[in-house]
Amino acid sequence: MSRYAALFERLSSEGALGAFLMLGDPDLETSASLLDAVVRDGADMIEVGIPFSDPVADGPVIQAAAQRALSAGVRVSDCFGLIARFRDRHPDVPVGILTYANLVIARPGFMRDAAQAGTDSLLIADVPALEAEPFAKQMQQSGLEPVLIAAANTPDATLQRIAGLSKAYTYCVSRAGITGTHAGGEFDAGLVRRLEATGAPAPIFGFGISKPEHVRAALNAGAKGVICGSAIVDLAVRGGDVGAFVRTLKDSTRNESLLQ
Amino acid sequence: MRLSGRFGRFGGCYVPEILAPALEQLEAAFLDAQEDPAFGRELNELLGNYAGRPTPLTRCRNLPRNIYLKREDLLHGGAHKTNQVLGQAMLARRMGKTRLIAETGAGQHGVATAIVGALLGFDTVIYMGADDVVRQQLNVFRMELMGAKVVPVESGGKTLKDAINEALRDWSATFAETHYLLGTAAGPHPFPTMVREFQRIIGREARAQIIEQIGRLPDAVIACVGGGSNAIGLFADFIGDDTVRLIGVEAAGKGLDGEEHGATLLRGTPGILHGAETYVLQNSDGQVADTWSVSAGLDYPAVGPEHAHLKDIGRAEYVGATDDEALAAFKALAENEGILCAFESAHALAYAIKLAEQEPDSEILVGLSGRGDKDVAQAQQLVGPSA
Repeated sequence: MSRYAALFERLSSEGALGAFLMLGDPDLETSASLLDAVVRDGADMIEVGIPFSDPVADGPVIQAAAQRALSAGVRVSDCFGLIARFRDRHPDVPVGILTYANLVIARPGFMRDAAQAGTDSLLIADVPALEAEPFAKQMQQSGLEPVLIAAANTPDATLQRIAGLSKAYTYCVSRAGITGTHAGGEFDAGLVRRLEATGAPAPIFGFGISKPEHVRAALNAGAKGVICGSAIVDLAVRGGDVGAFVRTLKDSTRNESLLQ
Repeated sequence: MRLSGRFGRFGGCYVPEILAPALEQLEAAFLDAQEDPAFGRELNELLGNYAGRPTPLTRCRNLPRNIYLKREDLLHGGAHKTNQVLGQAMLARRMGKTRLIAETGAGQHGVATAIVGALLGFDTVIYMGADDVVRQQLNVFRMELMGAKVVPVESGGKTLKDAINEALRDWSATFAETHYLLGTAAGPHPFPTMVREFQRIIGREARAQIIEQIGRLPDAVIACVGGGSNAIGLFADFIGDDTVRLIGVEAAGKGLDGEEHGATLLRGTPGILHGAETYVLQNSDGQVADTWSVSAGLDYPAVGPEHAHLKDIGRAEYVGATDDEALAAFKALAENEGILCAFESAHALAYAIKLAEQEPDSEILVGLSGRGDKDVAQAQQLVGPSA
């Protein structure tokens, strides 16, 4: 059973909390300790960015994180090194990479090396369902589970294609825009229902999760979990209490009101 | 999508899922408009009576006389950009959009977008690298005079590539009411195809004009290539003419052996940037390189995917002209023909002069894509007052 499947089975009565961090931000050592810290404080799964020079799907916080890592000289191989070290310490925590197509195709063996480091899944932010098939095939051959994004404006026919290509979970985005934009905390139950009809893997909401009430709203909309990115990255760079924040988010995945 | 959006292995539509429906809508609007005689009539009316088409084909009198210049510098707005902003803005209106966004490097595409924004009544926002805003104050003011808002982009290298990133981010949130009026034949499908079709008129006119003037096809057709829209527009109607050499001239900057150039097809490797699979200047990890050219319009680390394909199948040749070669051609054209051309166009001319001297019997058609008013201040610093 994959680490994601095992996680969702184990968490049947609570939502999964995913924490996003940019690998190598602001440097390799700090990045390694942040990964450990968010797991210690309650993150059930980790999503990591591999820094790219031109991150068009990201807002200012994640862009700045990528820029800090690149300025520190972080290479893709360093990122795989961080994942391998994390995997040694946390054998069961699912790890997904979120990055951009150019990094995946520029470096020969990107997927193989990612899988060997212990990565479970790969989401390529600028590969929509329309272009995803060859990537998804290659991921599966390399031992990675493909993750695709489903958005509120994605038509049913495309959701069907997403369901056919995704394995680990389905990354749901309920509003237009880029990462870190704080919407009103509205999560589209209609998207979850439409996805369920396609048999897609577990819906997880990302983009704009920054408060416990966002977590609860997403889970109430039918999500199996949430991924929080910009809020954690922003807190970390400002020297805030990431541990306390992650604990608060995790507590809200267990909110009694969800266990109706 | 109704079209494949591919040029051989290149092209495609590599955008966040959230934008895929907007590109699908754009493709549908474009294809429907192509079939609509009323759309064609209005576009032609604007191209003729507003923008000033057809543009002349001028035979050089004092530079080698076997060089013929397709004078897009005489188009309203000062460059070929006007051809396609009219087409895209009409599509935006057709889709019911009320707002235009665009990226710009030196400001030419920003000015062109501001022109159609004013003409057709859109709210217009131009993203421009913060460094470029400082360097190109006059163009910023031109855009503002025509009612556009110019937003300085502070991220990344603060130049054209970063302005495109920012425009894509804006569009991800606003596509319901906003059209992203991309400035060149690059980016995700359908932009490369659509922009080529709106620029095809350059080559269509030039082909008829040169046949009328010399009674035959030219031996070579030469254009500068940054993103590649003026080149693909000039080449398109000649691609089927096997005897015609198609030559794209990239920015060799301070030299192709160093890193300060914008020669994507000559020095890049296949990659995916700004929505398309194409050649990209990048390092071995796939991080996109900073580029350099004396001309902002050629200072771009990717290139339109159709050029990548034409290179790979050998239908077009791509060469470089350095900053110094381009400046020499800029001066030569001014001194010998009384024409101030854009630094971008001077790259094409530099190679054309070289070829014309090597092959005096060849007839050479050159795309003079824009006029040089925007470059006069920079030229004054670079070449000094004339001796």
